[in-house]
Amino acid sequence: MINVLLITFVITLLYIAIANRLLTYVKILAFQGILLFGVAFIELLEINPINLAFILLETIIVKTIAIPVFLTYVIKKNKITREAEPFVPNFVSLIIVTAIIIATFLISNSIADTHLNKIYFVVALVALFSGLYIIISRKKIITHVIAYVIIENGVFILSLAVGTEMPMLVNLGILLDIFVSVFLLGIFINKVGDVVKDIDITQLSNLKD
Amino acid sequence: MIGIYLTAAVIISGLLFFNRNRQVNRLLVTLFILVQWAFTIYEYYHKGITELGYFKPDALAILLLTTLSIITIPALFHSYEYIYPEKENPKTRSIYFAAMTILIAAIGAAYLSNHIAVTWIFIEITTLSASALIFHRRNSGSLEATWKYIFVCSISLTFVFIGILFLSIALGHSGEQGLYFDALMDQAANLNTFWFKLAFVFIFVGFTAKLGLVPMYTAGIDAKDKAPTPAAALFSSVLMNVGFVGIFRIYVGVAHSSIHGWANNVIMIAAFLSIFIATVYVLKVKNIKRMLAYSSIEHMGLVMLGLAAGGIGYYAVVLHVILHAFAKSALFFQIGQVYNIYKSKNLYYLGSYFKYNLPGAIIILIAFICITAMPPSGLFISEFYIFTALFKGGYLFILIPILILLTLIIWAMGKNFLKLLFTPPVNFDESKIEKVSQLETFSQFILLGLVIYLGINPPAVFVDLINEAVKNLIF
Repeated sequence: MINVLLITFVITLLYIAIANRLLTYVKILAFQGILLFGVAFIELLEINPINLAFILLETIIVKTIAIPVFLTYVIKKNKITREAEPFVPNFVSLIIVTAIIIATFLISNSIADTHLNKIYFVVALVALFSGLYIIISRKKIITHVIAYVIIENGVFILSLAVGTEMPMLVNLGILLDIFVSVFLLGIFINKVGDVVKDIDITQLSNLKD
Repeated sequence: MIGIYLTAAVIISGLLFFNRNRQVNRLLVTLFILVQWAFTIYEYYHKGITELGYFKPDALAILLLTTLSIITIPALFHSYEYIYPEKENPKTRSIYFAAMTILIAAIGAAYLSNHIAVTWIFIEITTLSASALIFHRRNSGSLEATWKYIFVCSISLTFVFIGILFLSIALGHSGEQGLYFDALMDQAANLNTFWFKLAFVFIFVGFTAKLGLVPMYTAGIDAKDKAPTPAAALFSSVLMNVGFVGIFRIYVGVAHSSIHGWANNVIMIAAFLSIFIATVYVLKVKNIKRMLAYSSIEHMGLVMLGLAAGGIGYYAVVLHVILHAFAKSALFFQIGQVYNIYKSKNLYYLGSYFKYNLPGAIIILIAFICITAMPPSGLFISEFYIFTALFKGGYLFILIPILILLTLIIWAMGKNFLKLLFTPPVNFDESKIEKVSQLETFSQFILLGLVIYLGINPPAVFVDLINEAVKNLIF
């Protein structure tokens, strides 16, 4: 079951590579939140119930509801155009993300470690690198934030791999998640919207030498 | 004591945030400095005693904490002169000082932390408070700098977190115990090499955002340019030391394992590229604050080279980090005065500083000698040791290019600083010069005096502390 959920997660990343509208990105984030809820529930069933409840609530409330709702609110409030405006054609993005998946898969085959479930490692690294790729290939600041949330989701998956032994690390990951979502999204995107009208990285490239 | 210290810092910061009165503000800031010093002295006399389970003041922590406490005094008091007196409004002032106290407290706690996850948490807090400081002026430039700083730092901290996860995989069943730095040192030899390498790379890359090395150095440059000068002085001295502490402590663990040689190569590549990039930009930049920021990158590159070279390099590294913090913060404070006089940071509009502010000009001259590591600067001693270590380690092929690059940096900085001091400025209206308080220059003289004194005639207790800080690396 975990494998199904994690593979679906990778497929959502492929979908993000070719998605055109910002709202599609946001919906994918919400869907990823549900997937993570499932993975966390199955994987961490043995740990302390209070801790488990905390982690599950975080995946549902923060990842599935709060972040997507807030992103939608920001998009509407700042009247950001609906297109994601990538620098490269979607087809190229699709090929690159696929290449990332294959490369990570091949790397993971070289690991000779029995006590780690490799699929976590593969999915987490794929999320990390596709997130970084989306950051460099999209134009809008809001897509950068969305890509950052994808990276966070990947980190969350990786932390689940060690979660049964060290639940503290999962909690820390959640701390990072909440910290960034509150801070990056809540305070900052609003400020960016107040000072710069159309949010676009071309307006944030004056500081250079 | 650390519990009391952190609680006191949070309370003082909260009061600073809600208070709008200037006198009360000064009182609270003074109180914070007293708390900071009481904490420093207490930790000095309780060296090596674990507190709250996660904090252990070892020799390195005490050295850097003392450095922090010394730089804190001028940074906080000079803030009143630097944060644009004409535009000052109580709200931005209270946010500024609240963020400043939180930043200093978080830096102090990160130095003392003995657990990698706790270090990580406090470094997150420094990112938060630092971005409040960078956003102080609330114009489009500071907005851009803040955005970049938050974004790059968040990604870097995610990298550190991934590194911590890999480290815990490497530790396997030995569990959470191994995430303590001193336990990690004992267990390092038995770790799974593959995961440990991966963990080291991620943690190193993540901490370079704070330390200011390739690949994540970019965020810090804009931040130091756009933040108010006292905050920028903290960013390029004590905040960089936070990144150093993070890397140093993990490196102590690495040094006890079989990946030591491999890690040295990684560090050396990053350090060499940093010095190279710093040279390229120092030759090119026209903004004097950015030039200083790039010079910090060069110094941190040297520090990492010393760490990788080993031997006497370890001693030199700790000495260099401390002296660089004093020299660079003094220079940043002085650049604040320069900006107050010329209202510009562009070298094209600066000049004849001797005529307009004599003590400040002397500071610039001494600081130039200190920062480019010419004798009698203490940085000369530490750089000399670093080069000796590189030479003894057989790294001639890296030492020679580094020396050429450093010569270029000295030439470029000399050209710019001497222009500031002697060449007449362009389009400068002399009638509107603001009088700067001489009291500020006094603190810079003390900081630069420390750079020279600690290098030439280090007190025995200082040398002992440095030797103790690096004792785990020499075995």
